[in-house]
Amino acid sequence: MAKTSISTTKAFYVILKRDLVLAVRQPADIVNPLLFFILVSVLFPFAVGSDSKLLVEISTGVVWVAALLASMLSLDSVFKQDYQDGTLEEMILSAHPTSILVLAKVLAHWLMTGLPLLLVSPILAMMLGMPDDGVFILVVTLLLGTPVLSLVGSIGVALTVGLRTGGVILSLLILPLYIPVLIFGSGAVSNGIAGLDISGQLYMLSAFTVMAVFLAPVAIAASLKISLS
Amino acid sequence: MFSAIWKFIQKFSSPPYFYQISNKMIPWLAVIFLATLVYGLYGALITAPADYQQGDSFRIMYIHVPAAWMSLFIYMVMAVSGAIGLIWRIKLSEVVAICSAPIGAVFTFLALITGSIWGKPMWGTWWVWDARLTAELILLFLYLGILALYSAIEDKRTASRAVAILAIVGVVNIPIIHYSVEWWNTLHQGPTVTKFDKPSIHIDMLIPLLVMAVSFKVYYVMALLMRCKNEILVRESNTKWIKEMVMK
Amino acid sequence: MYQDDYQITANNLLCLRDERILFKDLSFAVQNGQVLLVEGRNGAGKTTLLRILSGLRQADEGDIRWNDEDIRELGFEYYQFVSFLGHHNAIKKDLTARENLEVSIALSAGSEVDIEEALNEVKLTGYEDEPAKKFSAGMSRRLAIAKLLVLDTPLWVLDEPFTSVDVKGIAMIEGFIVKHIEKGGAVIMTSHHAVNIDERYIKRLRLS
Repeated sequence: MAKTSISTTKAFYVILKRDLVLAVRQPADIVNPLLFFILVSVLFPFAVGSDSKLLVEISTGVVWVAALLASMLSLDSVFKQDYQDGTLEEMILSAHPTSILVLAKVLAHWLMTGLPLLLVSPILAMMLGMPDDGVFILVVTLLLGTPVLSLVGSIGVALTVGLRTGGVILSLLILPLYIPVLIFGSGAVSNGIAGLDISGQLYMLSAFTVMAVFLAPVAIAASLKISLS
Repeated sequence: MFSAIWKFIQKFSSPPYFYQISNKMIPWLAVIFLATLVYGLYGALITAPADYQQGDSFRIMYIHVPAAWMSLFIYMVMAVSGAIGLIWRIKLSEVVAICSAPIGAVFTFLALITGSIWGKPMWGTWWVWDARLTAELILLFLYLGILALYSAIEDKRTASRAVAILAIVGVVNIPIIHYSVEWWNTLHQGPTVTKFDKPSIHIDMLIPLLVMAVSFKVYYVMALLMRCKNEILVRESNTKWIKEMVMK
Repeated sequence: MYQDDYQITANNLLCLRDERILFKDLSFAVQNGQVLLVEGRNGAGKTTLLRILSGLRQADEGDIRWNDEDIRELGFEYYQFVSFLGHHNAIKKDLTARENLEVSIALSAGSEVDIEEALNEVKLTGYEDEPAKKFSAGMSRRLAIAKLLVLDTPLWVLDEPFTSVDVKGIAMIEGFIVKHIEKGGAVIMTSHHAVNIDERYIKRLRLS
């Protein structure tokens, strides 16, 4: 049989497909963060009172923070299983650049965790009384922002994947890196609701997304190699 | 000429040589630090005239501003040194990077405390979400993350490399964080106007500030050398030169 | 048949772990047609050495060369010549045997070996479409060996390949190793069990 040469693009798609298939066969990792997102958002009215005016004011912040925390929670699953069964090593020892394969993994992870958040967010926002314009902008900002959270967060996961106490320091590591996304994401929604211009914020978020897509995989690959050495 | 410089760097970055040089330098640095500190504080507390708006309470600025400068400067040094250690695998670079972290964290903490103390007479509260102060708080988290990650990894070499990546990622984010927080602060501008900028440049006010900045830098180098010496002792405890030195 | 003669050389390797020196000034060479058997007590650094040779870890000093090129400079190009089998089998329990092998092929530079043939050789015929979570430990190990056969790289780095394998399985794996050597492959391995392979292929390296 002739040697079929595998291109890096093919390797990317195979990993992407594999991770999606695995996620579908074991959905627990997807459901938990989503549930967390919903619970946090729903708990706030109980904590601050049902005064609809107050709820509307904090709705942007609540949904964005809940999304951020849910994202952090979901990151645990991105490399842990692979680390434990040895497939992470296999990925590093691949004939294809680790950073491309990592990008495939994070993309699969986002499709299974970030995308559901995105789809559920309008419902939660409306329950908190957010006006419709705001809801639309919210979804756009989450669309731009959650990939950044996944990519940048994965750097932290890659650095802590082999550690016993990994989960605890993970939050500390990625929290400072999440703050700019949070600021511009929620800032865009607040401004949008107030009828102000939001193009600046959206440009910043897009810039973050582009930077994260190009730079984070390299950092993640380097971190994985260090963690597995 | 480049080969001469390279030879010098190689010689200097060999742990035994670095150890000897540090031993000689530390006492001198201690003297310079104390001298500049005394001179700077004298200028800060006595010679500099009272600020027309804030009276004498602004004097805490002479600690706050240089501490804030140091917190950023040290992070840069840590990131650059970490990167050098990572790319060229120079042991001393790794040591400098991790030994800088606690010193930088302390300066950051100092900047936060003095910032808070400075603000209390003005704002009436111990904390306000001013852009610079908030960015400084986030910087503290960056430092704590580095320290936490380093102590969580058992093998020191692996730990140094992991921390180098984190520091590089952090350093890329620092301008982004500053810009974001600045933007966020103007968006949610509170009623109080904070005055963390340097006061107008009266020469009697400026000189003590610069002297304090120099003093803190000297302190950093001195403390760094002391910490590096310890770290080298631990890392190289199995080598001949350490054993010979200890026997003497 | 692998194209040309090749050689893996290690020069003056130094490896430290937790401030202890694991090994120092370690130099050796492995050529096609050889099995390098790394021996030593537990904790002597055998696994660490194998991980360095496979490219997972870097030595603290010294270099490893594939023919004359430093493997650090080759980067992921080196990986097309090496297959590594460590403590884990690197298989996904929720994927079938076939799916697992397909992923491994995609991660490599390519394969000329038919998946079903490879599964047949490790006596896993009939399990191609069974999820790996139904496999016993021995079967999972055999699947990992099938991976080696499918990827068919010149160099095999095997860390305790006989773990979880019964007597028949050990003989089977030893057979694969000999076949691999005879067609020009090279193997670097460690094993707690006595290795029953023709002495003329074996080169021993003792780590103290």
